[in-house]
Amino acid sequence: MARETPEVNGGSLADIAFLLLIFFLVTTTMDIDSGITRLLPPEPEPGQETDIQVNKRNVLVVLINRSDRLMVGGEEMDRLDLKDKVIEFFTNPTDDPDLPVMEETEIQFPPGSSPLLPPDGLWKGKVSKGVISLQNDRSTTYGRYLQVQNELVAAVNELRNEFSNLYFDKDFDELNTANPIEEQIEEGIRDIYKMNISESEPKNYGGSN
Amino acid sequence: MPKFKKKKGTQAQKINTASLPDIVFMLLFFFMVATTMRETEVQVRVTVPQATEVKKLEKKSLVSYIYIGRPVAQVARMYGTEPLVQLNDKLVSEEGIPYESIQDFVLFEREKLPESDKNRMTMSLRVDQDIPMGKVDDVKQALRRAKALIINYSARKEYRNQGRRR
Repeated sequence: MARETPEVNGGSLADIAFLLLIFFLVTTTMDIDSGITRLLPPEPEPGQETDIQVNKRNVLVVLINRSDRLMVGGEEMDRLDLKDKVIEFFTNPTDDPDLPVMEETEIQFPPGSSPLLPPDGLWKGKVSKGVISLQNDRSTTYGRYLQVQNELVAAVNELRNEFSNLYFDKDFDELNTANPIEEQIEEGIRDIYKMNISESEPKNYGGSN
Repeated sequence: MPKFKKKKGTQAQKINTASLPDIVFMLLFFFMVATTMRETEVQVRVTVPQATEVKKLEKKSLVSYIYIGRPVAQVARMYGTEPLVQLNDKLVSEEGIPYESIQDFVLFEREKLPESDKNRMTMSLRVDQDIPMGKVDDVKQALRRAKALIINYSARKEYRNQGRRR
């Protein structure tokens, strides 16, 4: 007679699994890091001129001083007004000679992608040559710096979004870069509204800290 | 004799629990897969600022972390209360601009990535909102020299009522 193999009691299996489950529940962190991604300029080669002469009207100087006050283009400004100022700076709606030069540019979009474009998809319009120069003191707090950085990025994002909605009936964020057509659209819009934010070499304004 | 018999001691219906282990195991596997163990102990106090334009960082493997903040109590006993830089899990003790520590750190982190991703390495700066920019500028200078140019200013999402322009 074949002997029966003794069965293992599986009743405690659930308990063991629960224990493991609770362990992983407790140790799980599902935080996905989020933030504002920026590109640093490469370090200048030795002997390379860092002060490139740019037409004065093409530059908007944004300065944050050591007591976190904001100065934009020579006048003091509230942080919440900065975005509109930057949008005006980048679009120059009134052809103001003090605002940046708008350069006639042609940008290729995918043919037939928008009813507002000619069938070959070639966009003709004006692109700003403006650059924002962001400068801060060593004693500026980081929180303030990021708020200002955020307003600058918000301004460019809003312009891109507006263009994207007008021409392609879609938010700029929702363009799917895995799709080659939408990727070309995205790059085109990026070229029209460039994120021209330059950060100067750090300097120490207003004495020691 | 009553016409209707009382039911003898209404017993609660027993639920079959045989499938419980299966369910629990399924949950268990989900959490095991989704878990990322916090491998770094943050030794500086960091409260990242809020911003409206934040985007999620997509590929976690490309990201290395740089923390800047004032040290927590135990560490402060050794290092004082001045802002400190922590690279992933190592505190930087270098004086002045930490060129060397960051150069080493960047090389080490870049080495871990596959060839195709080496130039997509992202440095996430988790900086306390009350830290003076001087320290951050130093780190940025060092990152530029180490040719780690993609950075991410870590921030929490801020929701703000925005009236549309025009």
